[in-house]
Amino acid sequence: MENTAYDRVTAARSSQRALGGYYVKNLIDDFIELHGDRRFGDDAAIVSGIGYLDNQPVTVIAMERGDTLEDRMKRHFGCPTPEGYRKALRLMKEAEKFGRPVVCFIGSSGAYPGIDAEERGQGEAIAENLYEMMTLKTPIISVVVGEGGSGGALALGVGDTVIMMENAVYSVISPEGCASILWKDSANAPEAAEALKLTSQDLYDFKVIERVIEENGKSQEEITADLKQAISEVISQKQKLSIEELLAERYDKFRKIGVYK
Amino acid sequence: MFNLFKKKTVTCKKCSAEVSEKSLKDNLYICPECNAYLRMGAYERLDMVCDKGTFCETDGDLTSLNHISFPGYDDKLADAAEKSGISEAVICGTAEIDSMPCAVFAMDSNFMMGSMGSVVGERLTRLFELAAEQGLPVVGFTTSGGARMQEGIFSLMQMAKVSGAVKKHSDAGNLYVTVLTDPTTGGVTASFAMLGDIIIAEPNALVGFAGARVIEQTTGKALPAGFQRAEFILEHGFADAIVERPVLKSTLANILKIHTCKARR
Ligand SMILES: [Zn+2]
Repeated sequence: MENTAYDRVTAARSSQRALGGYYVKNLIDDFIELHGDRRFGDDAAIVSGIGYLDNQPVTVIAMERGDTLEDRMKRHFGCPTPEGYRKALRLMKEAEKFGRPVVCFIGSSGAYPGIDAEERGQGEAIAENLYEMMTLKTPIISVVVGEGGSGGALALGVGDTVIMMENAVYSVISPEGCASILWKDSANAPEAAEALKLTSQDLYDFKVIERVIEENGKSQEEITADLKQAISEVISQKQKLSIEELLAERYDKFRKIGVYK
Repeated sequence: MFNLFKKKTVTCKKCSAEVSEKSLKDNLYICPECNAYLRMGAYERLDMVCDKGTFCETDGDLTSLNHISFPGYDDKLADAAEKSGISEAVICGTAEIDSMPCAVFAMDSNFMMGSMGSVVGERLTRLFELAAEQGLPVVGFTTSGGARMQEGIFSLMQMAKVSGAVKKHSDAGNLYVTVLTDPTTGGVTASFAMLGDIIIAEPNALVGFAGARVIEQTTGKALPAGFQRAEFILEHGFADAIVERPVLKSTLANILKIHTCKARR
């Protein structure tokens, strides 16, 4: 079915697509949602809390765009505000304290572009997450389930292992944004999507992500079960490492990304 | 903007005054007519704050590749190098400020809007690693349109890479001072620009994450006066101080000094 890069973008954005909220519901047992950044507010675009994945206690942080229109407006269609990133960091620190692995689900067009978001330091909130996640003393697994939109996605993406669903995309800029800069016309988004090399296969080949969960030809139940198994495997692998080894590997992994002469 | 290599006068982008290149330079690129802070190249910035003859460039030989075969990127790179006269959007090195050794970097908006690709990320990462190893403070000038889309996901990942190096430098107990200059936006704001122990902004510099037009289109609201300007950033608690160019070097020197001084007698 999905062939072109832009078909994947469309699939990743589909209103039918299973995103963060779905996976929290279907992968995490006895989930307890934890709200608020303890600074200013609670961002509904990020659903976070604690629970069990295959009997392993985990902290879960998931982008969620909501179902009904009203719900979606409340969640800014899944685009986090600074409070969302700060809530995520607060819960990551809590996970670190109790040695609990962190699982992040990414699926959003990006950080919310609002006047209030800028007033409260959207850039600073994202930067702080990148900075702190790099040395968080517990395993971090990030899963790109939908659209991985730019810095707003990366703010939950500094993982020891980054997994992508086959039809998810992950990009520095939206294809529309890229097309309007490059060709002055967002209708050229399909060409831009091709040029940006944003599919799971591209990113796997570039060694920017470590695993791809196949989707095509599978039922949602099978996909969910495969993802659950993959996350469990990664958690047990990472738990075998000392904290020093874990952090050195995480640093080196991102340290190596980049092409130049 | 203006090309310093071809003409001897420069037009102020704010008041359109024709100012001679020499007098503009002597005035630290502040328009003598209207006081506007004009944009400066990376080497001019470093010249302004580093002690004469102390700057020693690092990794200047690293150059960009069109690894994802992005349409038009090769030409854009060649064009940027020719027009700007510099090798990439950031210049890094070691220097002394008021005789205090430090690592320094300056971004340059004349090179592809100061966008961050692999080379910018790698030069900065190496600089922070070097500074961590040698116990040097880092003083850096930011100006950027954000991540460089022509390098796709590689440019996005530079945000994480550089932030990791900043963390390593910080965890080793070293000082990092950022000077936000016009404009600092997107992925640079959302990474190392906002990670300084001390964050200084130039007067009226545009500093933000999302672009003004995107915010207007998304929210349908008119932006308040002074939105995303240095004074707005200061008011909302995201910069420590706004510092004027004539006192920038002495301010940086005082900051460096108090961080190395045990007790003053
Ligand atoms: Zn002027």
